Amino acid sequence: MTAMTARTGKTNQAKHPIYLDYQATTPCDPRVVEAMLPYFTEKFGNPHSRNHAYGWEAEEAVELAREQVAAIIGADAKEIVFTSGATESNNLAIKGVAHFYKDKKDHIITVVTEHKCVLDTCRHLETEGFKVTYLPVKPNGLIDLAELEAAITERTALVSVMAVNNEIGVVQPIAEIGGICRKHGVFFHSDCAQAVGKIPLDVNAMNIDLMSISGHKIYGPKGIGALFVRRRPRVRLQALINGGGQERGMRSGTLATPLVVGLGEACRISQEEMESEGKRLTALRERLLKGVAARLPEIYVNGDLEHRVPGNINISFAFVEGEGLMMGVKDLAVSSGSACTSASLEPSYVLRAIGLDAEMAHTSLRLGLGRFTTEEEVDFAIDHIVEAVSRLRELSPLWEMHQEGIDIKSIQWAEH
Amino acid sequence: MSAYLDHNATSPVRPDVIQAIADALGVIGNPSSVHGAGRSARRLLEESREAIAAFVGAEPSGVIFTSGGSEANALALSGLGRKTVIASAIEHPSVLKAAQCHVLPVNGDGVAELQALEKLLANLGGRDALVSVMLANNETGVVQPVAELTRIAHAHGALVHCDAVQAAGKLDLDIKALGVDCLSLSAHKLGGPQGVGALVLADPNIDVSPLIKGGGQERSHRAGTENLSGIAGFAAAVRTVEDGGAERMAVLRDGLECALLNAVPGLTIFGRNVDRLPNTSCLAVPGLTAQTAVMALDLAGVMVSAGSACSSGKVAPSHVLTAMGAGALAGAAVRVSLGWNSTAADVDAFVEAFTALARRHEIQDAATAA
Repeated sequence: MTAMTARTGKTNQAKHPIYLDYQATTPCDPRVVEAMLPYFTEKFGNPHSRNHAYGWEAEEAVELAREQVAAIIGADAKEIVFTSGATESNNLAIKGVAHFYKDKKDHIITVVTEHKCVLDTCRHLETEGFKVTYLPVKPNGLIDLAELEAAITERTALVSVMAVNNEIGVVQPIAEIGGICRKHGVFFHSDCAQAVGKIPLDVNAMNIDLMSISGHKIYGPKGIGALFVRRRPRVRLQALINGGGQERGMRSGTLATPLVVGLGEACRISQEEMESEGKRLTALRERLLKGVAARLPEIYVNGDLEHRVPGNINISFAFVEGEGLMMGVKDLAVSSGSACTSASLEPSYVLRAIGLDAEMAHTSLRLGLGRFTTEEEVDFAIDHIVEAVSRLRELSPLWEMHQEGIDIKSIQWAEH
Repeated sequence: MSAYLDHNATSPVRPDVIQAIADALGVIGNPSSVHGAGRSARRLLEESREAIAAFVGAEPSGVIFTSGGSEANALALSGLGRKTVIASAIEHPSVLKAAQCHVLPVNGDGVAELQALEKLLANLGGRDALVSVMLANNETGVVQPVAELTRIAHAHGALVHCDAVQAAGKLDLDIKALGVDCLSLSAHKLGGPQGVGALVLADPNIDVSPLIKGGGQERSHRAGTENLSGIAGFAAAVRTVEDGGAERMAVLRDGLECALLNAVPGLTIFGRNVDRLPNTSCLAVPGLTAQTAVMALDLAGVMVSAGSACSSGKVAPSHVLTAMGAGALAGAAVRVSLGWNSTAADVDAFVEAFTALARRHEIQDAATAA
């Protein structure tokens, strides 16, 4: 898809490949770009910029953006710290709390299906002597609240649970988790990179103490994010980046005004359109799922369908080989259930955690729908997927055996 | 008519750069995605990396993009795995606050002392040490003997990090000629956007443990989806750093200093006897406090700063000038810094406004004395 397609959201004819990877990143909304551009130029071009007026303008713009970010999660503007993105926010929240409170507490609880940057940060803290509990998930991708509560000890500093999973889109019971954490006096951090602007969030109602926010997942620019840090009861952090003392000492470095403005505008638009957009995307997702399921047997939806963000569906196609599937749907820009690490294809750890075997994980597609996705594109995707999978199955001896009623799992494969 | 002479704080974004940023904001994919949209984003990222590498004479694989100079400094100081950090007294706060530093003193001209480094390394041991020295100071513009300091450090087995944030775009920069192990860059100091910088490694294979952990971006040195528009803007900025720009700035700056020395009695120019950046002038008149001067100049339409602008509103005596032994004069220091779009008219506006201010101060001073 070209830039213009994404910008206008209108297609006379569906442009190929069709972008269905809105969980990886989203196109920057033209309204966001428009809001940003003056902050690259007006500073010196504006005759009213005398007497540091531009400096004030920039500061005003940053503070407005801070309010816009705060508004979408029910926070106070003073509780928003701008960062370079959700990955930095997650690192800052988890390491920051762990290091600040390390004399009294040394235990962290997280979940096996968290984003890699949360898991990597926790693994790193283990090498420093912290203890980490990695909670499992149920086959629907959700955690067991009783298991969470049982894992909390008096040494627990932090619970980190994402609101929406990036691969399977399931929504964790955030308010209930927040309630449990508050009851036990443990800080609750939530990676909300995939949740902000897509589901209603309220840091007070949900008892969230720290929340990570990303710009480029909500039609803002890449390279900007935020961390919500609660003031009452106060959460304290050890900074990752020290220096000039910007962002109340929690994050030094010159603020990138245009990016900050872009994040603010992205939040404003998302908040305004969340309800109608949620309904539209849920309808599109249902259309997609029904369209594919009506014509293809042996497909499996990964993750809970009910507790799920509107713009995500993750499907495994049995009896199809993963790489073949990706090549087969070349007119769609989508992600598969494999991550390419050092030239070998590793099955997604999220899909493994909900109980999929390696083959079913490899043969999955994550279909991410978003603001610029049209019904026409969804219909094209249905046809394209159905054709590709049908063709691959025709070539598959396993599919043939399945058609003949042979249970593949029961076959004793000969060693070669 | 206003004159912006605070380029060391931040430099206006060059027009070509704005276009590159706007274009990059229209690129849809995530550079980590394998599909076509992702690959287009990846291509832009890698082309930009090559431009930054060429700019400092490094390998593209040695370039680690960060969110700016402060993060690049933090990554160098925490990531190279050396327990002992020696930093010059005039380093940026993002270096001095990133670790417990052993301080390398500077002389009265603001130049780090070679013999002092020799001694520090002999006492502390070099094998576990990292020496962090900036290429040019942000307040005085004084250029540091980085190549010599590096030779000493390497002889002791220490690694060297160089904060080249202020020097980039104003001095020729060659990581191999400097000999340092890594250097920090910031885009917005040379006409690129805010929010992007880089740590450049001389040897791409040197071990750097990430400050921000997670995905395998930046060869696992820095996790997080890359700031594509910022990085494209950074590359566009280094591509437009013009030949002869430094000489042009030097002529303007020298003219400024010459005019002021003639017009303002008692004027001190810090670091004037040593090698300085061509764009920076740090000056003081005894008794004329920097805050008063900056406000008065601002009212006259001339934007400069008092000491470093990085302290987010805090007014404190400059640690740089204090380290140089400036004493009370440190509180009077005004920094003038020129950039790619500075003109002779900007310089004239400053000279006129500052001269008038100094005269008023002189008259007031005389009146108080009488």
